[in-house]
Amino acid sequence: MGFEKFLFYLFAAILVFAAARVITVRNPVHAVLFLVLAFFNSAVLWMLLEAEFLAIVLVLVYVGAVMVLFLFVVMMLDINVAPLREGFIKYLPVGVAVALVIVIEMVLVLGSGFFDSVQFAGPPPHPADYSNTKALGTLLYTEYLYPFEIAAVILLVAMVAAITLTLRRREGVKQQDPSRQVRVRRQDRVRLVKMDPDKRA
Amino acid sequence: MITLSDYLILGAVLFCLSVAGIFINRKNVIILLMSIELMLLAVNFNFIAFSRYQGNEIGQVFVFFILTVAAAEAAIGLAILVVLFRNRGTINVSDLDTMKG
Repeated sequence: MGFEKFLFYLFAAILVFAAARVITVRNPVHAVLFLVLAFFNSAVLWMLLEAEFLAIVLVLVYVGAVMVLFLFVVMMLDINVAPLREGFIKYLPVGVAVALVIVIEMVLVLGSGFFDSVQFAGPPPHPADYSNTKALGTLLYTEYLYPFEIAAVILLVAMVAAITLTLRRREGVKQQDPSRQVRVRRQDRVRLVKMDPDKRA
Repeated sequence: MITLSDYLILGAVLFCLSVAGIFINRKNVIILLMSIELMLLAVNFNFIAFSRYQGNEIGQVFVFFILTVAAAEAAIGLAILVVLFRNRGTINVSDLDTMKG
């Protein structure tokens, strides 16, 4: 048990350090990289909590997709960082004071004895043939199927929204629009004109 | 023996760091978005710790959905940021006051 506790404190310390550097570092690219470090450390901590599937999903999806997206955007936008930091020193005391108040209040409640090993003695570790993925999959596809489908719809909405927001059409490029072609009406295209026949000169 | 309160306090510390980040970096939209991701990470810690110490996987199912929604929100937030930068040339929050009366 001692080694597990050592691992917990080691990774928790790196996680808190990385989170603190995310909000204080000057360069936004470094901030994204510190956030990636924070996510890796929390994936390890989740594995200590025997949530292996979610730990791997965090690394694959969150770090691998969302943080890479952040990195793309941060590197693509040519940001002048200096005016963004001007409020830093001014708001630092207020921010630190509010955060300290919140953390002291929460530690007073959470460390008070309602959540210690007497009330919440951890269940024994799972047997060797336990598959966290299988257990989660069983739950997701039976009891929580409806929220699962709604989550899929949310992802679809997010994809459509992101594309609609950022899609640009180039000016002056000639393209066909088949739906407009099909919707053409005869009276827009054909106009019958009555003309007298030409007289022979 | 790692108790439940250890994990909950870790979640609380992460949450407070993200709140401090929002207070301090109020002009930089990208750091704001990253502080929101940290907040969601803190909440995920809570759910997974309770799921482990109560012996079922319901907390982990909810974390699954939180991760889904967080990814969707990050994508749309960054798309808005990109469009904003295209039109305004800056991501300074105090320059976004064109709707001010």
